[in-house]
Amino acid sequence: MKNTFTREHLLFLRAQKTRKILVHVTQIGVLIVALALWELAAQLEWIDSFITSSPSRIWNTLIELIGNGTLWHHAAVSTLETLAGFVIGTVLGYLIAVILWWNNFLKDVFEPYVVVLNSLPKIALGPIIIIWAGTGKASIITMAVLISVVITTITILNGFLETDKEKALLLRSMRANRFQIFTKLVAPANVPTLMATLKINVGMAWIGSIMGEYLVSKEGLGYLLVYGSQVFRLDLVMTCTIVLCVLAGVMYAIVSILEKIVVKKF
Amino acid sequence: MTILELQDVSKVFYSKTQQTTAVSHLSFDVQEGEFVAIIGPSGCGKTTILSLICRLIEPTGGRIVTANDNAVGYMLQRDQLFEWRTIEKNVYLGLEIMHKYNSETKAYADELLKKYGLWEFRRHYPQEISGGMRQRAALIRTLATNPDLLLLDEPFSALDFQTRLEVCDDVYSIIKSEHKTALLVTHDISEAISLADRIVVLTNRPSTVLTIHETGLADIETPLLRRQDPSFSKQFELLHKYLHGENT
Repeated sequence: MKNTFTREHLLFLRAQKTRKILVHVTQIGVLIVALALWELAAQLEWIDSFITSSPSRIWNTLIELIGNGTLWHHAAVSTLETLAGFVIGTVLGYLIAVILWWNNFLKDVFEPYVVVLNSLPKIALGPIIIIWAGTGKASIITMAVLISVVITTITILNGFLETDKEKALLLRSMRANRFQIFTKLVAPANVPTLMATLKINVGMAWIGSIMGEYLVSKEGLGYLLVYGSQVFRLDLVMTCTIVLCVLAGVMYAIVSILEKIVVKKF
Repeated sequence: MTILELQDVSKVFYSKTQQTTAVSHLSFDVQEGEFVAIIGPSGCGKTTILSLICRLIEPTGGRIVTANDNAVGYMLQRDQLFEWRTIEKNVYLGLEIMHKYNSETKAYADELLKKYGLWEFRRHYPQEISGGMRQRAALIRTLATNPDLLLLDEPFSALDFQTRLEVCDDVYSIIKSEHKTALLVTHDISEAISLADRIVVLTNRPSTVLTIHETGLADIETPLLRRQDPSFSKQFELLHKYLHGENT
C-alpha cells in the first residue's frame, strides 16, 4: 500500500507519536526523580535508611546477592513455583469450565460452591495445605494453583456461556454435536477471554507462590523477604521486592506479547 | 416433487406459569423449485416453524415430512459469519460439521465462491468485506452443503433499506440460478411479494394457515422488477388486510 497521507494527516501522526514519547519519558522521569529523592533523603539523613533502606544500599545488596549466587537461586525457585502454579491453575480452571459448560446439571449443582470458594480467602487454607501437602514445594504450588484456579473457572465459564447463541443455533441447524459446537465455536470465540485470564493469572500465581513461601519454605524470594524482615535487614527486603516487581513485570509482558500475536486473529 | 410437507403440526411451549400454543394444526407444503414465503403478525411463531422444520425442536403434534434426511439449510437473520475464520473457511463450515469436507464438496464450494464473486476475497476475514458481500458469503455457506431446501429467517432485516433491496436481488438470483427451493419467513409484506411464488399467511398466535396467496409474478426476473408490477400494490393491500384482520 502506498503512503498517500495528506500533510495534515502527517502532522496528526507526528503529534500522536510525540505524545507517546512524552508519556514514556515522563514515566522514566518519575522513577528517576523518586529514586533520586529517596537517595537524597537517605544521604542527608532526613529519613532513617536502616528502616527505609536507600537506592544505593539496594544496589549494593543486589550486587552482593548476584555475586554470591543467592539471588539467582531464590529467584529461580520462586519463578518455577509461580510458573507451575500458573500453568496448573490455568489448565485445571479451563478444564473445569469446559466440564461445567458441557453439563448444565453439573453447572447448576456446583455454581454455589464455586461462588463460595471464590470469596474464600485462600490463605485461610494455609494450615490445611501444610498438613496435607507437606512443608515443601508442593504446598507452595498448591497455594498458587488454588488462588488462580477458581477465578479462571469463573472467567472462562462466563465467556463460554456468553458465546453468541445465534451462532450456536446455526451450528445446531447443521447437526453439530456438543463437541463440534465447542471446538468450532465456543473455544475459538473465547480465545480473547483465555488471554485476559492468563494476564490475571500472572498476578494470581505470584500472590500464591509468595504467600506459600511465607507459610512454609527454605528458599525462594518469599522466604528471603520473611528472613530479611526477621533479621531487620530492610535492604534485603527492598531488594527482593524490586526483583519481584521485575519478574512479575517480565512475565506479564510475555503474556501481553502472546496476546497480541494470538488475538490478532480473533 | 414435494420437498417439504407439514401435516397438521402443533407446538406447545411450557413455562412456570403457563403453557403457550405457538403453532396449531398447521399444514402446507413446498414443491421443488418453488419460492414460498411465510408472513404473519409479529410474534406469531414464524421462527418456531423454521426451528420445527430444521428439527431443532420436536412438534407436539402432527408430522413434518422432508424429501431427504439432511435436506435443510438454515440462513439466519444476521450473516453469523465467524470472525476468526476467513471467508472460505466460513463457507466450508457446514461441510466440516457434517463430515462432508472432501475434494469434491470443496470444489463445489469453490465454484460457488468463484461464480458469485467472492473468490478473490476468500482469504479475507468477514470484518474486511461489505455487508452485502457478507450476506452472499452466508448464502454460499448454506448452499455449499447442497441442501434441497433453504430456510431463510428474515435474512435481510439487519440491513439498511438500500442494501436490503440490492442483497434481496442478489440472493434471489443466486437461489434461482442454483435451482434451489426456498422457504422465507418475513414480516415484510413487500419483501414476500417481491420474492415468493406463494405466500402462506398466518393468523395470530396460536398460528395456523389463514390463507395461501399466489403472487403470479414467477415470470418476472428480479424482485426489484416485481416491485414495479402493476398488481404489486393491490397484492400488498390484500395481504395487509389479511394480516390486520379487516376482512375476517
